[in-house]
Amino acid sequence: MIKKNETAVPKPLLGLLLALGAAAGLSAFSDRIDPYHLDVLIGVGINIILAVSLNLIGGHTGQFSLGHAGFMAVGAYAAAAVTLFLGPRLIPDAAPGGFQENALFLGALLSAGLAAALAGLLVGIPSLRLRGDYLALVTLGFGEIIRVLLQNFEPLGGALGLNGIPPYTTVFWVVASAALAIYVVGCLVRSTYGLGFKAVRDDEIAASAVGLDPARYKVVAFVIGAFFAGIAGGLFGHFKMTITPSGFDFTRSIEIVVMVILGGLGNTFGVILAAILLTLLPEVLRPVAEYRLVLYAVLLVALMLLRPRGLFNFRLGRRVSSS
Amino acid sequence: MTELLQQLVNGLSLGAVYALIALGYTMIYGVLRFINFAHADVFMVGGFIGLYLAPHVPGGGTVLGGMLVLFGAMIGCALLGMGIERLAYRPLRGAPTLNVLITAIGVSLFLQAGGQLVFGAAPRSFPAVFPTGAITLGPLEFSTNQLLVIGVAGALVVALQLLVYRTRMGSALRAVSQNPKAARLMGINNDVVIRWTFALGSALAGAGGVLYAVNYPSVDPLMGVMPGLKAFVAAIVGGIGSIPGAALGGLLLGLIETVVAGSPYSTYKDAIAFALLIVFLLFRPAGILGRARVEKV
Repeated sequence: MIKKNETAVPKPLLGLLLALGAAAGLSAFSDRIDPYHLDVLIGVGINIILAVSLNLIGGHTGQFSLGHAGFMAVGAYAAAAVTLFLGPRLIPDAAPGGFQENALFLGALLSAGLAAALAGLLVGIPSLRLRGDYLALVTLGFGEIIRVLLQNFEPLGGALGLNGIPPYTTVFWVVASAALAIYVVGCLVRSTYGLGFKAVRDDEIAASAVGLDPARYKVVAFVIGAFFAGIAGGLFGHFKMTITPSGFDFTRSIEIVVMVILGGLGNTFGVILAAILLTLLPEVLRPVAEYRLVLYAVLLVALMLLRPRGLFNFRLGRRVSSS
Repeated sequence: MTELLQQLVNGLSLGAVYALIALGYTMIYGVLRFINFAHADVFMVGGFIGLYLAPHVPGGGTVLGGMLVLFGAMIGCALLGMGIERLAYRPLRGAPTLNVLITAIGVSLFLQAGGQLVFGAAPRSFPAVFPTGAITLGPLEFSTNQLLVIGVAGALVVALQLLVYRTRMGSALRAVSQNPKAARLMGINNDVVIRWTFALGSALAGAGGVLYAVNYPSVDPLMGVMPGLKAFVAAIVGGIGSIPGAALGGLLLGLIETVVAGSPYSTYKDAIAFALLIVFLLFRPAGILGRARVEKV
């Protein structure tokens, strides 16, 4: 058993390196790819980061969160603030696409992640006392409060949001971030430490009886999940070039939750597939644009009725814990 | 002082609508233990049924005509609620809460998107189905609509209280919400009780929809989202599962929101409800009138 694990360790790292290589390769050829496809690809990547990070909180640790868009908003605003307000002072005459610009963007993304992680810490603390539906509501409340606060915070544009964010987000950044998110979350939940997340999900009382501290695991899950959601927000802001508080509302949180549920809670591979599927679905349904939302809703209900354990759960005969 | 009293009436009429929606949330939570996100959209459909019914009822613009519109919306919403329960929630009986929750979100999205298709996305102005006028009481001025909302909501809450505590169906409902398994052993058909609960809760939401539309005179397919979330906050604040609690929570939330809206911090009024939710969940999760449950291992 131990031997098998030892040989398996470099595999994810290899995957990460391959993905980073692919990201670099893609960006080298990005001017030959149809811009529409490129946009869709970036959208897919951002959603994968969001879904994988929520999967850590909801799927692996079992803490249902309805406020993921709130973390994304924090990240988007933090990153935009860095590039818009700090950027011109630090690098007044950077060449477009040059090293300085990319370094600035890296800094912006990191501060986006850190700001969101701080928000995650704040949200994680009430989760020490609450569980299930009640926790879902508190996270929903936090998400909405973040939105209202941003709407009222004039230095960051208030209800109108921020405009003119430089379009720094490229395929490379998105694919690399997504690979990193999958790598970190994947390795974390497979590590010895990560077993604690699953223990907390399956039975909190039993987990604390064997000496684990459920509170710490929950907060760590929220902080790491929020960190990546913040990065996704930063990428999103520099992709759309404009962000408004109302773009990060309850509906956005629900979209991310749906990806996680559809992929199967705690099933990283399924969640990635679901994120791809649900990002492509609106594009495919474009010809019937009027009925798009109705179809989306019908599909959601039908999937819950027909495949309640997630669309991409192929492990037959092995019941996945449902609590 | 005058301003305070005026705000009190405004707050009560807003709170009465919240209370009506909160009652449905609290009852459905009581029997099925999940947040029926679609409830807010049943409220919206109630408003639209009122809109389409208004030109067709005899005696439009009189109290009788208004009541007919109100009852029509209540019946329509009760049927809608039962239909939703039958098609979406019953097949999931016994499934994990999370799945039911997602289904509820799906139904909610369906009603919103369907509403935008069928009714159009733009807000539509709501006709005056009740006679309108203003009552001056010294320096105070109320619209009859505001008083009507408070009156009708109050009457419905009393009727519901009687229904739940004085009828056989009511005691069956309370039995199911206390312990579904034991209720079944006592010969109660849980499915019938749950269907009834949905009918009752949805009818109240329908009434709320018409009253909200009368007061606010317009309806649109997304009008349920915010009142719905806030009514759920009201249900939690009052103590989920408690009928007087839901009414109390609704009124409290309406009052607080109106006071904040009248203050310089009016743009924060949406955040207040959620801040209240978080404070309550942290320090008194059982709500004002709820009783704390002891968790058994």
